[in-house]
Amino acid sequence: MNVQEYQGKELFKSYGIPVQDQIVVTTAAEAREAAEKLGGFVVVKAQVLVGGRGKAGGVKLAKTPEEAEQKASDILKLTIKGIPVEKVLIVPAAEIRKEFYLSLTMDRTSKSLILILSAEGGVDIEELAVNDPDKIKRLPISISDGVDESAIMPHLQEVFGTDELASEAMDTVRKLFALYTEKDCSLLEINPYAIVDDGHLMALDSKVNFDDNALFKHEDIRALKNPEEDSPDETRAKDAGLSFVSMDGDIGCMVNGAGLAMATMDIIKLYGGEPANFLDVGGSSNPDKVVTAMQIITGNPKVKSILINIFGGITRCDDIANGLLTAMKQIDITVPMVVRLIGTNEEEGRRILTDAGFEVASGLSEAVEKVVKIA
Amino acid sequence: MSILIDENTNVIVQGITGRDGSFHTRQMLADGTKIVAGVTPKKGGQDLDGIPIYNSVAECMQDHRVDATVIFVPPPFANGAVREAADAGVPLIICITEHVPVNEMLATYHYVKSKGSRMIGPNCPGLISPGKCKIGIMPAKITLPGSIGVISRSGTLTYEVVYALTSEDMGQSTCIGIGGDPIVGSGFIDLLELFEKDPDTSAVVVIGEIGGEDEEAAADYIRNHMTKPVAAFISGRTAPPGRRMGHAGAIISGGKGTPEAKVQAFKDAGVPVADKPDEIPGLLKARLS
Repeated sequence: MNVQEYQGKELFKSYGIPVQDQIVVTTAAEAREAAEKLGGFVVVKAQVLVGGRGKAGGVKLAKTPEEAEQKASDILKLTIKGIPVEKVLIVPAAEIRKEFYLSLTMDRTSKSLILILSAEGGVDIEELAVNDPDKIKRLPISISDGVDESAIMPHLQEVFGTDELASEAMDTVRKLFALYTEKDCSLLEINPYAIVDDGHLMALDSKVNFDDNALFKHEDIRALKNPEEDSPDETRAKDAGLSFVSMDGDIGCMVNGAGLAMATMDIIKLYGGEPANFLDVGGSSNPDKVVTAMQIITGNPKVKSILINIFGGITRCDDIANGLLTAMKQIDITVPMVVRLIGTNEEEGRRILTDAGFEVASGLSEAVEKVVKIA
Repeated sequence: MSILIDENTNVIVQGITGRDGSFHTRQMLADGTKIVAGVTPKKGGQDLDGIPIYNSVAECMQDHRVDATVIFVPPPFANGAVREAADAGVPLIICITEHVPVNEMLATYHYVKSKGSRMIGPNCPGLISPGKCKIGIMPAKITLPGSIGVISRSGTLTYEVVYALTSEDMGQSTCIGIGGDPIVGSGFIDLLELFEKDPDTSAVVVIGEIGGEDEEAAADYIRNHMTKPVAAFISGRTAPPGRRMGHAGAIISGGKGTPEAKVQAFKDAGVPVADKPDEIPGLLKARLS
C-alpha cells in the first residue's frame, strides 16, 4: 500500500523527522486560506499516488495567497497519469541550499535492509543509478541488529560534509529505521532531503510504501488507505480474494495461480493476441470467486473473448466448472469462451462443462491459439 | 536418489488440525509420505486419523525422529512456527503459508540460517520426490519418477511444466516450488548446487518470473558451476512495470526484475529459454542427447 506525500510526512513528523508545516486542502479557496496561514509564499503540490507530478505541472510556486488559489485551481483540474488530482498540499516555500537523497528499503539479493544515500538529491534516483552509479551509496542495515552507527557515520560525514549535518542525518536514519520496522514498511524515501534556510536538514517530500501482508497488524496504517490506489475492479477483486490487474488488450483471462496467470498472458501475446487483464482466482475452490471473476472480466467492454485456464492442484476442476455455470446463469455473457481444464477432478469438471455445451481444451497452447483466433 | 527428501523422510505437520493442514496431511499420506506427527498448540494428545498431535515441535521431537516439517498455520503465526521448528532443530522447514509479513520473514530467514536449518518458502507449494515423498500441496498424479530436477518460483506453473515433462515420459527426481515472496528460505542457487551433486539428476528446469535478480544470479551460477544441462522458463514477459502480479515478489520496479534481463542472462549462460512450458521437454532432450 502506498500513501500520499502529506500522509508520509505526518508519519515522519510523528517519528520526529523534521518536516515543514503543511496543510492539505481540496478546494482553491481553502488553498488561499492555507497560504495565508503559512506566510503567503508557498508551494502548491498535487497529491497523487504516481510519480512524475512535477513534470505534469502538479507542483507550483505561489508568491501570494491569491496566486496560491489560482495555482491550486489549475492543479485541481489536472489528471496525472490517468489519476484526477483531488487534493493539494500547501507548504511554505523553503530556500533550498542543497538537496540530498535518502531512502530505506529491502535488498532482496543481499537479504538485508539497505540505506540508499546520495549527495545528488531531487533527481530521479533510478536514472542516477543507471547513469552515475558511483554517486549512490548503498549501506546494508540488519533488520534484527538495527543501525550500526559506527559503520554508517563515516559515509554520512562524507556525503553531508560536516559533523553537525551528519549527526542530524544519523538521527533521521535512526528514526526511519524505527518507522520502517514498527509499521512494516517496504520503502521509505526522502527526496529531496534538503538543507533549507536555517541550515538544517529537512524532508521536503516523502514516499512511503507498506507491506500489504503486514497491514493486518496496523489499524492506523490501514486507515490511511487511499481508495483511488486501486481501480474499482481491482478493489472488488481484492475483496473477493482474487488478484487482478487490468491491461489494455481484448482477451479476458481467468487463471489459477499467479505464475500460470502471467505465463498465460505471455502465451496469448506470443500467438499475436493481447490480454485484457491478469486474474488469479487463487488456490481455493470457491465457486463464488469464479462468479465474481467472470463479472469483472465481462464488465470490461473491450473484452472480445475469454480464456479460462485452470490447472487443478488445490483448486478442483469441478468447482471451477460449477462456478462457471452459476456465472453463466447470473451474467449475460455474449463473448465466446475457451475453457482449458486439467488436474484435480478434471474428468468431472469436463463432464459438467461438456454437458452444458462448452468446448473444453486440455492443451494450453491449443486453447490460447483458439481464443486468439476468435477475439 | 533425489534431493532433500526421499522414502525415509519423517515429516511432521505444523497446523495439522486446520482446514488446509488436515486436508493436505491426508493427501500427503495417500501419496506415500511418512507423516509421523502433527503440532497444534493446545491440541496435544489428540490425533488426526491416528497421527499423534503435540502441543509443540519440541515435545514432538522427544518421541519422534523428525527430518522435515511442513507449516500450514495462518500468516500471523507463520514466522513463529518457522522459528519454533528451527529452535527444536528440525533440519528442513517447509512453509506453505502465503501472505507472511515480509520484514518478519527477513529476520526469520537469518534466524533459521543461524540455527543451521534449511527453509523452503514461504508462499510455496512445497516439494516432491515422485514415488518417494511429497511435502506440501503439489498434485502427485502428474509427476513421474525420473531424473529431471525442477525448481520454480510459482505453483501452478510448476504443475504445467511437470505435466509437460511427464507427458514426454521425462520423469522427475525432485520438484521444488521455492515460493513467490521477496524473501524465501532457499533460492535457485542453493538448489542448483544440490541437483548438480545428485547422481540421479541428469538435467534441471528453472522456472523464474519477473521481479528481483535471482534468475540473473542463477544464470551466473549455472555458467560457472553446472555441468548438467539446464533449461529455463520466465513468466511475466508481458507484465507492466510497477504492478505487482499476484506474487509479492513479482514486480518490476526501479528498472530491476525485467524479463528481458533474465532471458538474456540465461541465454548468455548457455541456458535455452522456452517461450511456452510445453517447449521445455524438447529443449532438454536436445541437450541430453
